[in-house]
Amino acid sequence: MSTKSVAKHQLALFDPAIIGAAALDALKKLAPHRLAANPVIFVTEVVAALVTFLWLRALFQGGADPSFSGQIALWLWFTVLFATFAEAVAEGRGKAQAATLRATRSDTVAKRLIDPKNAAQTSGAPIAGAVETVAALDLRAGDVVLVEAGDVIPSDGDIIEGVASVNESAITGESAPVIREAGGDRCAVTGGTTVLSDWIKVRITAQPGSTFIDRMIALVEGAERQKTPNELALSVLLAGLTLIFLIAVVTLWGLAAYSGAQVGVVVLVALLVTLIPTTIGGLLSAIGIAGMDRLVRFNVLATSGRAVEAAGDVDTLLLDKTGTITFGNRMASEFLPLPGVSAITLAEAALAASLGDDTPEGRSIVALAKADYGATAPDFGDVKPAIVPFAAQTRLSGVDIGDRSIRKGAVEALFRFIGLPSDQAPAEFRVGVERIGNSGGTPLAVADNGILLGLIHLKDVVKPGIRERFAALRAMGIKTVMITGDNPLTAASIASEAGVDDFLAEATPEDKLKLIRKEQTGGRLVAMCGDGTNDAPALAQADVGVAMQTGTQAAREAGNMVDLDSDPSKLIEVVEIGKQLLMTRGSLTTFSIANDVAKYFAILPALFVATYPELETLNVMHLASPQSAILSAVIFNAIIIVLLIPLALKGVAYRAVGAAALLRRNLLIYGLGGLIVPFIGIKAIDLFVAALHLA
Amino acid sequence: MTFTGWLQIGLILGLAALTARPLGFYMARVFSGESTLLSPVLAPIERGFYKLAGVAPEREQGWLAYTLAMLAFSAAGFVSLYAILRLQAFLPLNPQGFDGVPPDLAFNTAVSFLTNTNWQAYGGETTMSHFSQMAGLAVHNFLSAATGVALALAVTRAFARANAATLGNFWVDMTRATLYVLLPLSLVLALGFLASGVPQTLQGSVDTTTLEGARQTIALGPMASQEAIKQLGTNGGGFFNTNAAHPLENPNAFANILQIWSMLALSTALLVTFGVMVGDERQGWAFVQTVGILLVVGAGIVYWAESAGNPLLTTLGLDPAAGNMEGKEQRFGASMSALYAAVTTGLSCGAVNAMHDSLTPLGGLIPLFLIQLGEILPGGVGSGLYGLIVFAILSVFIAGLMVGRTPEFLGKKIESREIKLAMLAVLILPLAILGYSSVAAVLPSALASLANNGPHGLSEILYAYTSAAGNNGSAFAGLSANTPWYNVTTAIAMILGRFAYVVPVMAIAGAVAAKKKAQPSAGTFPTDGGLFVGLLIGVILIVGGLQYFPALALGPIVEHVLMLAGKTF
Repeated sequence: MSTKSVAKHQLALFDPAIIGAAALDALKKLAPHRLAANPVIFVTEVVAALVTFLWLRALFQGGADPSFSGQIALWLWFTVLFATFAEAVAEGRGKAQAATLRATRSDTVAKRLIDPKNAAQTSGAPIAGAVETVAALDLRAGDVVLVEAGDVIPSDGDIIEGVASVNESAITGESAPVIREAGGDRCAVTGGTTVLSDWIKVRITAQPGSTFIDRMIALVEGAERQKTPNELALSVLLAGLTLIFLIAVVTLWGLAAYSGAQVGVVVLVALLVTLIPTTIGGLLSAIGIAGMDRLVRFNVLATSGRAVEAAGDVDTLLLDKTGTITFGNRMASEFLPLPGVSAITLAEAALAASLGDDTPEGRSIVALAKADYGATAPDFGDVKPAIVPFAAQTRLSGVDIGDRSIRKGAVEALFRFIGLPSDQAPAEFRVGVERIGNSGGTPLAVADNGILLGLIHLKDVVKPGIRERFAALRAMGIKTVMITGDNPLTAASIASEAGVDDFLAEATPEDKLKLIRKEQTGGRLVAMCGDGTNDAPALAQADVGVAMQTGTQAAREAGNMVDLDSDPSKLIEVVEIGKQLLMTRGSLTTFSIANDVAKYFAILPALFVATYPELETLNVMHLASPQSAILSAVIFNAIIIVLLIPLALKGVAYRAVGAAALLRRNLLIYGLGGLIVPFIGIKAIDLFVAALHLA
Repeated sequence: MTFTGWLQIGLILGLAALTARPLGFYMARVFSGESTLLSPVLAPIERGFYKLAGVAPEREQGWLAYTLAMLAFSAAGFVSLYAILRLQAFLPLNPQGFDGVPPDLAFNTAVSFLTNTNWQAYGGETTMSHFSQMAGLAVHNFLSAATGVALALAVTRAFARANAATLGNFWVDMTRATLYVLLPLSLVLALGFLASGVPQTLQGSVDTTTLEGARQTIALGPMASQEAIKQLGTNGGGFFNTNAAHPLENPNAFANILQIWSMLALSTALLVTFGVMVGDERQGWAFVQTVGILLVVGAGIVYWAESAGNPLLTTLGLDPAAGNMEGKEQRFGASMSALYAAVTTGLSCGAVNAMHDSLTPLGGLIPLFLIQLGEILPGGVGSGLYGLIVFAILSVFIAGLMVGRTPEFLGKKIESREIKLAMLAVLILPLAILGYSSVAAVLPSALASLANNGPHGLSEILYAYTSAAGNNGSAFAGLSANTPWYNVTTAIAMILGRFAYVVPVMAIAGAVAAKKKAQPSAGTFPTDGGLFVGLLIGVILIVGGLQYFPALALGPIVEHVLMLAGKTF
C-alpha cells in the first residue's frame, strides 16, 4: 500500500525539521520590503532599528545607560523576529508538502499522439509508432496522449477512449484504485496519478504550469497567497490602531516637555511598541496560512483563502442525500408477513431468496433475517440449490431447491411470477405496500412456491449521528437542505428522519441552481458539493462549491474547493474550519487589544515618576523600577507572540453552539483573559528582571 | 453623596429615557415621510419651501451628492454668519452699539456655530448684538442641529435599506428636521423656560442698584428662546458667558431639570428612531443602555469626586461635608452639577451650570474624557448617533469575528472599506486633540493664555482642543482663548471634528446602503442584547479612550495625586 501520499502526510505541529527551516526563513523575512505589507510589524522594525542606533551611539559616544537601550533594542528585534517566525512556521508545513508534490511532477514523460486528428490513431487500440515521447512539461491543452499500464498520467485531461484503473494516491492519499473511463462523469484524470491496468487515451485540458498538481503546489506553498478580504479589513484596523497610538506617543513629547518630564526616545518607543497591536499583527498571516493548511490536512484544497472565509459565513448547506445523509444503498428494515404467516417463515424465505444476492440490499436482508429474526438458512438436504440471480426482465431473484422456488422482487413482478392478479392481493398486503411507499421505502414481495408470504421493507438508512450534527448546525444558525432525486414523499420521510431543515425532491441541476440563487437573493451564503458536469453551474454559483476529486474536470474547475477524498459529508467540517479560522483571528485580536490596559499601568507611571513621584500610586503591579517596568512590558510583548504561535496554528477551540454563547465564551477567555494575563505576565517578568539586575 | 442626589440623577436620566420612545417614533415617522399630528399645519409650509427652493422632494441623493449638498450648505452658512458678525455694527437690533467682531474671533465663532460646537471665545452679553444673537447664532443653533439630524438619518437609511444607491434628500431632511422637530419642540421648551423665570425681551440691559448700593448693569435679551434651542440642539452657546450657571439663564431647579432633559431628549430619541427605522427597535435601546451606563458611571465619578471635596480646603478649615463647592451654584449643588457636567460633555452640548475648571481633578477628568470618547453619549443631535454607529461597526468587527463569521452589523457585512473609513473617522479626534495640545503645550504664545501652571494648565489646553474637536463647546475656563492662535487652531479643530469626521462616515453609509441585507440567524452575532452593550462599552473605552491616557496622566491624574499630596496649581 502506498503511503507516500502528500495530503495525508501528517507533520507534527512543531516538527524539528520545520522549525529549523522556519528559523532561517524568519531571518530572511526581516527584509523591510517583505515586512512592508504588515504595518504593525514594519513599524516595530523601524523603531527597533532606531533604538539600535541610539544604543550604538550611547555605547560609543557615552550616553545614558547603554545596557537599558541595548536590551530594549534586543527585545524589539525579538518581537519582529517572533512575528516572522510565526509566519515561517505556518508556511513550513506547506513547503514540505509542496516538495513531495513536486517530485511527482518533475520528470514524467508523455506518449503524445503524433497526429491526433487521424481517426485511426485516436480510436481503437494503440498503434505502435503513432506516438512520440515528449516531456510532460511540454504538453499543451488539446494534445492527445496515450497512457498505458504502469505509466504516470502526464497532465490533467479527459479520457477520450478506453477504461483503466488508476491509482490516485499521489493526490488523494487513497491508494485503492479507481476506475476511469471515457464519457460520463468519470472521464477526468489528473496529472501525477498512475494507470495500473489497461490503457487510455487522454485529451490534455491543462496548459503547462496550471495543472491540478501545479495549483496544489502553489496552494500548499502559499506562493500566491494574497490577503483575504477579512484579513485585509483586519490589517486596516491594525494599521489604524497603530497610527492612533503613534499620534498618542509622538504628541506625548510636547506634553511631557510642558510638564518638564525628561522622556527619552527609547522609552517612548517602548510605549509605542507595547501599545500597538503587535501580538495579532505578528500572528495574522500565520493564522491565515494555518487555516488553509488545516483544510489541506483534511484533504480539501481551497483555491483561495477567500473560499475558506466564505465557508465560515455559510448560512445554507445543500447536502446530497446519498452518501451524506444516508448510506448509499437501501437496506432491509423489517419483514411484514401476511396474516397466517409467521414472521420467522417470511424471514427464512427472504433469507433463502437472498442467499445468492450479492447486492448490498440482498446482504442487508440476510443480515436482518439472521440478526433480528433469528432465521437460519433452510436445510437443503442433498438437493443442490440453484441460485436465480436478479434479471432486469423478470425483476426477481431467488433460489430453486428442487422444484421448490423461492422468489423476492418488485411487487408487480412477483404477482406476475406467481400468476396472481394484483387486484386479488389480500387487503393487508395492499395496506403494507402503501405504508412502506408512504414512508419513503421500497416494498419487496416474497413468495414461496407460488404462495405470497409477505413484504420486505427496504429503506434508505440515515447515517447514525447525522441528526445530532444537523441540530448542531442549526444551533450555529446554518440551515440544511437535502437534495435528492427521490420523489417528494420519499424525500420528506428521509428529511424528517435526518432532521434537515428543508429538502429539494426530484432535484435537477437547474433546480439546484435556482435554489442557490433564491437563497442568495435572501442574503444567505450557500455551500454545496457536487461532482458531475451538470453540477458545474451550481458549483460556480454557490459561495462555497466543493467539487469531488472523482468528479469531472468541469466540476473541479467550477468549484472553489476540491475534496480529495470525494466525501460529500465533509462539507460540514469545511464550514467548521472556516469558522475556526475567523474565530482565531477575532480572539487573538481581542486579546491583543485588551492587553493594552495592563501595559499602560506598567509604563505610564514609569514614564513620569521621575517628574511626579506621586504617580507611584499608579504602579499597581509594584514593579521594581521604572526601567524594569518598561523592559518587562517590552519583553512580555515579545514573548506573548511566541507563546501564542501554537494557538494561532491550531486555531481556537471550536464548539457548535449559537453565536451568543460562542461570543460570551470567547469574550470571557480572550477579552477578560487579555485584560488579566499581562498583569500577571509583566509582574512575573519584572521579578526576573529585578532578580537578575537586568534593569 | 446623598441618596437624594442619586435620586435626582436617576430621575432626570429616567425622564429622558421615558420620552425617547414617543419622540423616537415621531421622528421615524417624520423622516419616513409619513403623516404626523403636525402634518395638517406643517405640510403645506413644507411644500411651499420646496417649491420656493426648487427642491424635488422625491428625488433622493447618493451619499456623495448628499454630503456635497451638506458641505455646500455649511459653506454658505459660514459665509453669511461671518458677514453678520463682522458687520453687526451696521446691522439693526444693536441697542448696546457693539462694534463688528474682529476677524479671527468672527472666524472662530462662525465655525463654532456652524459645527454645532458653540465654543465661545467671547462673552456673549458684551460682544454680540441682538441681531447677531438671533439672526446669526440662533439660526445656526437650528441649522447645525438639523444638519446633524439629517446626516444621522442618511446613515440610518443606509442600514435600513438593501442594495440601495440613495440615502434620502438632504434638503428634505433638513427641512423636516427643522420644521417638524426642532421648531415645535423649542417653542414648547421656550415657554417652559419662560414659565420658570428665564427672561425673553429685546431690551438691551437694565441698570439697577444692588443691595450693597452699587450700580449694576444687567444684560437682557431674548434668552428663553435662545435657551430652548441651545439645549435641544446640543449647541450649548449661552447668552451669558457663564452660561447656565447664570441665574437668568438657569434660575431654579425646575429650569435646571428642563435644561438637562432637553439636552438629552433628541439625541436619545434619535437612537430609538434608528432602531425603529432599521426594523429592530431593540437595537436602539441597546444604544440607549450603552449610553446610559457610561453616563451614570461618568456622572457618578464626578459626583463622588466633588462630594469628596478637596483635602486642601479641608485643612483650611472648610467643612468637608459640603464637598467641593468651588465654581458651583448653591441652588444646584454637587449632584446636579455633576449630572450636568457629565451630560453636557457626553452630549457635545457644552452648556455648563458649574465651572469645569473648578471641579476637582478627577471631577474634571470625566468631562474631558467623555468628550474625548467622541461625543457619543448620546452625543450631539445626530452626530452622536453616527458616532455610536462607527463604534458599533468597530465592536462588531473586532469581536464579531469571534463567532466565526465575517462580521455583520444589522445584516450588513463589515468589510475592509467600512473599516478603513471608520478608522479614518476615529483617527481625526486624537489627531486634532493631541496634535494641537502638544504644540500649544510648548508654544510660548499659546502658553501665555494660561491662567494656571502645572498639570492644571495642561488640562486647560487639553480641554480647549478636546472641546473644539469634539464639537462640544464647553470651556475649562482659565484659558484666555480669544487670541489669534487659539481662535484659528480651535476653529480648525472644530472643522476637523465635524466635517473630516462625517465625510468618511457618509462614505461608510454609501457603501453599507449598497450591500445586501443578510437575514439574521442563530449564527449571527446579536447586536441588540446585553452582551453587545458590554462589548460596545469596552470598545468605546479601549479604542476610543486609551490613546488619551498618557495625556490625561500628565493632566488631571497627576493633579489628583498631587492634590492628595497637598499641592495645588
